Amino acid sequence: MRYAETGVNLEIDLSRGSIEKEGTDPRLTELYLGGLGTNAKILWDRVTPEVDPFSPDNLLIFSTGLLGGTPAIGANRTIVSTFSPQTLLMAYSMMGGFWAPELKFAGYDKVIIRGRSPNPVYLWINNGKVEIRDASHLQGKSTYETAELIREELKEPKAQVISIGLAGENRVYFASIETHRGSASRLGIGAVMGDKRLKAIAVRGTKDVNIARPAEFMELCNDVLKFIDYRLNNPITGVPPILAYIGSPQEMTLHDEEWHLNSFAWGNARHRRKDFWNEEVKKKWAEILENARKRLISCYNCPVKCAGIVYYPGHPTYIMKCFSKLTYTMAAMADNIDFGLRIAARAQHYGVDGFSAPQVLAFALELYEAGILTDKDLEGMPSDVEGRFNWLLDRIVRREGIGDVLANGVYWAARQIGKEAEAYDHNTIKKHEQVPIKLGMLNPIYYLMWSTGEKANITQIEGQIPQAPLPKEVREEFVKDWVQVPTGKEEKFKQFVLEWGEEGKNFPFWPPIDVVSELVDWQEIMHYIDDSTGICAGLSSFPIKPPYHIHNLPILISHATGIDIGEHELWKIASRTRNLVRAINVRKGLRRKDERPPEDHWKKRFPEYEAKLLDEYYKFKGWNNEGIPTKESLHELGMDYITEDFEQRGILNNEQS
Amino acid sequence: MSKVKKKVKVINIDVDKCNGCRACEVICSAFHAAPKYSSINPERSRIRVLFEPLKNIYVPVLAGEYTEAECNGRYIYTIDGKEYDECGFCRASCPSRELFKEPDSGLPLKCDMCEEEPPLPEPMCVQWCLSDALTYEEREEEGEEEEKLGEMEIGLESLVKKHGVKTVMDTITRLAKK
Repeated sequence: MRYAETGVNLEIDLSRGSIEKEGTDPRLTELYLGGLGTNAKILWDRVTPEVDPFSPDNLLIFSTGLLGGTPAIGANRTIVSTFSPQTLLMAYSMMGGFWAPELKFAGYDKVIIRGRSPNPVYLWINNGKVEIRDASHLQGKSTYETAELIREELKEPKAQVISIGLAGENRVYFASIETHRGSASRLGIGAVMGDKRLKAIAVRGTKDVNIARPAEFMELCNDVLKFIDYRLNNPITGVPPILAYIGSPQEMTLHDEEWHLNSFAWGNARHRRKDFWNEEVKKKWAEILENARKRLISCYNCPVKCAGIVYYPGHPTYIMKCFSKLTYTMAAMADNIDFGLRIAARAQHYGVDGFSAPQVLAFALELYEAGILTDKDLEGMPSDVEGRFNWLLDRIVRREGIGDVLANGVYWAARQIGKEAEAYDHNTIKKHEQVPIKLGMLNPIYYLMWSTGEKANITQIEGQIPQAPLPKEVREEFVKDWVQVPTGKEEKFKQFVLEWGEEGKNFPFWPPIDVVSELVDWQEIMHYIDDSTGICAGLSSFPIKPPYHIHNLPILISHATGIDIGEHELWKIASRTRNLVRAINVRKGLRRKDERPPEDHWKKRFPEYEAKLLDEYYKFKGWNNEGIPTKESLHELGMDYITEDFEQRGILNNEQS
Repeated sequence: MSKVKKKVKVINIDVDKCNGCRACEVICSAFHAAPKYSSINPERSRIRVLFEPLKNIYVPVLAGEYTEAECNGRYIYTIDGKEYDECGFCRASCPSRELFKEPDSGLPLKCDMCEEEPPLPEPMCVQWCLSDALTYEEREEEGEEEEKLGEMEIGLESLVKKHGVKTVMDTITRLAKK
């Protein structure tokens, strides 16, 4: 009997219309857990680097995490992995909600899609019965409409549905996959789903998920729940409200936007607007949100209310999660703070990424102001900025006119447009639009995270530590109950928090590089664990002092699965997955030259020091000077198969010498 | 029959506070698994959250009595501009729908307030509802003293229910004559 997982994957070939149920090797669970870990192993084994993201040979994997569907609080993430049409590297994006647990209850750990359907279809998984169904009547329907129509036609109100909208159908490089309570937005995975002509996947499951050591497991779940209750009522002092709680930042509860509006860049990641947020706006915004937000809601088995049902008169109802309530407002340099709420309603129905889409729109308008895009390119565009954003968005999701170019994202659009448009592509890393933050002094920790983060997304690597020095008076108190720190690092990391901000103890040359490396590694490894267990980063790797940490996670996994692992072993498993993802990307051509934040990311840069940071971090990770895992470190992790492949392809031999 | 003071256990439901996380379903199905907590399956839960996010409808419903036949009416309730159908609030395990039936056997499920020895401070769904959509209350009520039925009576009662009192009487009379 398999515990926590089902031990079965669904293999769907949309070209042939075949459906198979494949038993999985339990040894892979011991080596990679599940979720991202086993997804990466499948991509390594089955998708060669020559395969184009829009080839039928590319795989699109929808996975539960190892603990998904168990009573482990917040273990509900759907981990989607494929190759990105935008970065041409491995894409992994995730979403919360209810879909992954439902898939487990239907009896599967993953749905692996290959091929491309000749006609638009959707997948209906009803326990053991799986059908590929016609979706021609759903073409052009919005993400939310599609889900509702499918539930109606199946007469299954309890079916959980994930779907793409127009953007995904038209292979927009920043198209998302949406479910009512979550969206897998980053890296264009919605475009891959659209390329496979798969409009949606509906799931209904009524089977059991089993726990190996029930009493012990539940005791730990109860402890976690108690700690969540404690943390919800005891925000951390000395940090901005948005960072003080747990969950994905409590965007729908907190109306204090000072931190975002003042420190993030507006427009095409260009301007700081420090005068926007004032008492008047603050009051107005609180009122708008209180009216628009009909209810605060959560994902499966999680008490933290990170999302809100938003209804804005004249716009379709949608579920707002996280920061996209402001990303469009800021990118448009809009004067009405509620603009973001209004356009997000349409954007989510179209199914686009709430971070990339506003950046692309702002980029286009900047090109227009610079005369690179002309009235001819933008014929019919309204004159007001809100109208322009809506107009451009409508064209992008349909790939009409200039929209066809912009639909490829900032990096590719800049190169297609030419005429020095490349100079306006100043906020992408690895060809992917980033959160618009342009600050003054180089931050060595963030330098390494932005550079080497394999998800090309800062929120998927950061966490655990405060983002700025804590006020002196709260530092002692902060480190007193900082139980989340890994064994052996207590002294070092606590000292970092205690000293940070003292005379001479500041960025860029402090803390010492070894501490920088260890802090980055800790933050990153915690994310890799979550992405494999399916536990939400909002309860684990993302906030400061989270309920899940390196000390209780191994016990939780052991009790759930019956596979005994300790802290050291779990760290090693996560490193294995981390190196496997790196290896997949190395095989796709990722090298040191790709690992750098944009030139203007900080005003004060230190090229020599940055090179040294990267050198030392690579060494710390067991990678060579090009960021490629070495033969020795791969052997240590039991991944000689990667070395063999690298040597055959001349990746290691050529570049190590 | 004499009047007595009885302790009545109540789970109060505040639909406005429900965040739709379904933790109540998770913990209920785990608690009632055998061995305890060994499996999870919301379909076995004796509480279900009926929800339609886009309509902002969130209704936790506790499994009530089993009913042999569906009821005759179909009504629509409109509350705060939102339409609920009558079945939405109904607690019965009823032939007209799938709700509150064991997925394997089809046998009816009913909330038992997590009764066990020693007693829990609160039913598990209430303990796991940090939003306080579910709260627990023990009320003292005056009521009829409950008749404790013996094993034989319980058996006969179900026979009567199935075959009618006359058939049962006739059969017993016939059996007695043998």
